[in-house]
This record gives sequence, structure tokens and C-alpha cells, in this order.
Amino acid sequence: MKGAKGMKYILMMTGTKAQFDWYAKWSKQDLQANFAFMHAFNKELKDSGVFVAAEGLAFPDEAKVVRAGSHGEPITDGVFPESKEFLAGYWIIDVEGPEQAYKIAARASAAPGPGGKRGSMPIEVRQIMSGAPKEMP
Amino acid sequence: MRAQSSDIPIEHLLRELAPQVVGAVTRRFHDFAAAEDAVQEALLAAALQWPQEGVPDNPRGWLIQVAVRRMTDYLRSEEARRRRETAVAEEAHQLAEAVDAENDSDQDDTLTLLFMCCHPALTPPSAIALTLRAVGGLTTAEIAKAFLVPEATMAQRISRAKASIKASGVPFRLPTSEERAQRLRAVLHVLYLIFNEGYTSSGGPTLQRLELSREGIRLARSLHTLLPDDAEVAGLLALMLLTDARRAARADPDGELIPLTKQDRTLWDKTEIPEGIALLTTALSKGSIGVYQLQAAVAAVHDEAARAEDTDWPQILALYELLKRMSDNPMVMLNHAIAAAMVHGPSKGLELLRALDSDTRIASHHRLDAVRAHLLEMAGDHQAAITHYRLAAVRTTSIPERNYLMTQAARLSQGTTRPDPMIPRTDQ
Repeated sequence: MKGAKGMKYILMMTGTKAQFDWYAKWSKQDLQANFAFMHAFNKELKDSGVFVAAEGLAFPDEAKVVRAGSHGEPITDGVFPESKEFLAGYWIIDVEGPEQAYKIAARASAAPGPGGKRGSMPIEVRQIMSGAPKEMP
Repeated sequence: MRAQSSDIPIEHLLRELAPQVVGAVTRRFHDFAAAEDAVQEALLAAALQWPQEGVPDNPRGWLIQVAVRRMTDYLRSEEARRRRETAVAEEAHQLAEAVDAENDSDQDDTLTLLFMCCHPALTPPSAIALTLRAVGGLTTAEIAKAFLVPEATMAQRISRAKASIKASGVPFRLPTSEERAQRLRAVLHVLYLIFNEGYTSSGGPTLQRLELSREGIRLARSLHTLLPDDAEVAGLLALMLLTDARRAARADPDGELIPLTKQDRTLWDKTEIPEGIALLTTALSKGSIGVYQLQAAVAAVHDEAARAEDTDWPQILALYELLKRMSDNPMVMLNHAIAAAMVHGPSKGLELLRALDSDTRIASHHRLDAVRAHLLEMAGDHQAAITHYRLAAVRTTSIPERNYLMTQAARLSQGTTRPDPMIPRTDQ
């Protein structure tokens, strides 16, 4: 399928370990408002034809950072400070240009927080390497 | 020739014919892997051509003819390479006619194929993929979509599965009577996994992936047609129907999970429940009780309760006592603990759960935490319940489940007096 719009972006939702713990303690109403917002947001992306993919990640409690040891064996590190940032989830969208990607990211950032207040969580926006290779001079 | 009514949707017709054609071509050429590929191509060709040109008078013969042509092309190129002795000299259409004429063995072929695709030499994911393709007639793209992986990944999984079958040297024939029981268990397990993956969806954002459940039911139904006297086959089909009956009530429009006790029971399927109960009743009367019949019986007890509070928990407890004796499955012990709590109170259930803490198969599984949280809540220990709801939320890989578990923890920390009577699925 031909990418209808042309430029692909990934919108990454991140949070510190402390923020994940905070999120898990929201009230029932606040959580439900947040879930409902995400359902509506995803549906909107699909309906407007920009949605490519989206995934939510498991909470980072069991997250590990892996490096190869001297014999290539996995060395895992899993004790992190509260301030460490983790990916919570991402969307991949196919849009006309960066401005449209920023607009959509701002919508995600505004997901409601405690008390129904509009949020402003940081969303990292990066272009995905998806251009066709061209002959180099 | 089997008459095919023209109003059957083409897709259904193709799925129905797929295992017969794979079986016929495999038996002729003694090469399951290549025959299965050839039939896939024939199915794809049919899916493109039939809607335009109409369904041929003999759809099965048409598919065999195309598959045999592909097969002979393939063998010719193989022979050019390996100078292998094959039937390539024959004209493809003569061959096809001969293959098509061997009609009596259709049913055996489907069964043989099912045994082959669910061979214990394969890992469950491989067996599932291969079964869906060769027996279910699904395309690689459809299977990949159902399991949320790229098509190339699924194609690789299927060709590795076929390579393992080739390497293990399983002949294309029904298993011997000595190995039959064990091989049938493997088949039932694969069909159960297909259904269950569709019903509970172990990962990702959607709670139910309908097409897999439907396919699981369809395959179980055709197995039941092939082996009508096998009580466990009937039990598995009954279990699927009695579980699937609750599908429409399991999630709200956003896909958020609704526990059994809070489901709108008027949404339960009014045709699947009686069909499942009838199947189960007949199966139980044969006197060879097995784990699928018992699980179906648990599902039937839930389905027969007009309201959650009418559930006959002593009967469910008795069924789990039997199941525990028949299988060493930690999920059964978990469900047994819930039933015990419902009959004898939460402390009895919590005591039974402690035995599972040292069972590595389930000790860090989110369901253990979820059930413990629920029983702790029943026992009035809200702080501990919150801890375990949150632990379960951290451990699950399903977003609807995580949302549900976080909401439970939130409800308790707000000190809502009216408890959500969450009964974790006891029938899975």
C-alpha cells in the first residue's frame, strides 16, 4: 500500500518511574476519563486516515537494560532511579508534514489528568526513516 | 462429487474445501510442505477469480487442478535440479482427475491433516499457525493479522513448522491406535489455544479477536463431525460455545472489560448456550469424563444462572475438585481457590492460593495477584487488596485488563463502600 500522505512520525509518550507510580494512584473517575480519551483519540486517528500503528508498553517495573558481556552473554540492569525516563507507549502516524504531526502530538499531550484538568505531558516527535533510496551523486 | 450450493459465501466454501484439497494433494505427492504451498496458491487464485467468473461447477476439482498444476511445475523444477523420480511425466489434468476421484477419503484426509499440523514435535505457536493455514484455509496475511505480527514473520513461522514436520518424518496417515489418544490431546489443545487467543487476546489493545474464536469453533465443529463419539471433542466444542456465548457482554463499547458478575446477561447468546448444553449432556452420558467436559460444565453452570447471585458455586467447586484430580494445571488450582472462597469464605480461598506461591508456573502471573486481590477485598483487607490489584496491573500484558485492575485499585483507595463484586474468570 502506498503511503497516502508521505511522512511518517513516531509520537512517543514518556514518563519517569515516579510518574508511572503517580498515574497508578489516580482516582477511578480520573482513570476512566483518561482511558476514554485514549479510545477516542485512537479512533480519531484511524477515522482521519493517519493511523499506522500504536502500542502501549507494560509498566516499567520489570524493565531491564541489557548489555552484552565480554562473551556476548546478556548482562541485565534493572534497578533504576525514580527519575529515569521510560517509554509508556507510542503512535506512528502518516501525515503531510511536521506541522500536522505536532498538532496531533499536542492533542495527545492534552490527555486529561487528575480532576479532569487538561494535561501537558511531553510527547517526543521524531520522523521515521521511510524515504525511498535515491541514487547518490 | 459433492454438490455445493451457490449461496455459500466463497470465503466459507474455500475454507471448507482447503483441508480436503491439501489432504488429497499431499496423499498423491507425498510432500506435505509443497502440497500445502500449492493449495495456498490455488485458494488465492480462486479468491481472485470466482467472485468475477462465478464458482465453478466442481469447486473442489477446480482447486485440485490448479494445485496439481502448481505441484507439477514445482516438481519439474525440482527434478531438473535433482533428477528425482516423480509422477511429473503424467499430464497435470489427468493427475488432477485421479486425485479428485479419490473422493471417499476426504474426511480422513482432514483428520489426518489436523493430526499432522498439531504434531507434538511442533511448538504451540507453530502448530497454531500451520493448523489455521492448512486446515482452516486462512491466508498467511490473515493469520499474521490475527496474531498482530508482520506477514513475513508468520510466513517464516509456517515454513519452519513444515520443515520440522518433514524432519520428524511423520507419515501422512492417521496415528496408530497406541499414539492416538496422546495425539488427539495435542489437537484439542491447539484448537483450544486458537479459540482462547481469540477470546481473551493475550496481548495488545483489543480484548477479543473475533476471527480466531470463530475459527476455533469452526475447527472444533468439523472435528466433532469427524469424531462424533469422542466425548472430549464434544466437550471442547461445548466449552467454546458456552464461553463464546458471553462475548457480547464481556466488554463495553470502548473495549473495557466487564467482569462476569456485572455482565448484562440478556446479551448472552441464546443459541450457543442450549447448543453447548446439549452437546455437553450427550458427552457426559458417554461416561468418559475429561478436562474439557468438566470445564464446559463449569461454563454451563455460569451460563444457567439468571443473575450472578444465583450461581451454583457448590457445584462449580465440586467440578474443580474433579478437575484438580485430573490435571496438574495451576490455572485450575487458581479457579478452585475462587470457588472455595465463594462457598467457604475468602480465608479458605486465600489459604489455597498460598500453595501456588511456590509454583514457578504461576507465582508471578498477574492472575494470581488479581485473584488474591479480589479475595483480600472479600476478606475486608483493603490495603493488601490494593497492593495486589496494582501488582496485577503491572504484570498483565493486556491493556483492557490493566485498565480494569487499576480501576479496581483506585475504587478501593477511594474507600467506596459498595464493592465491585469482581469474580475473576473461573471458567478459563
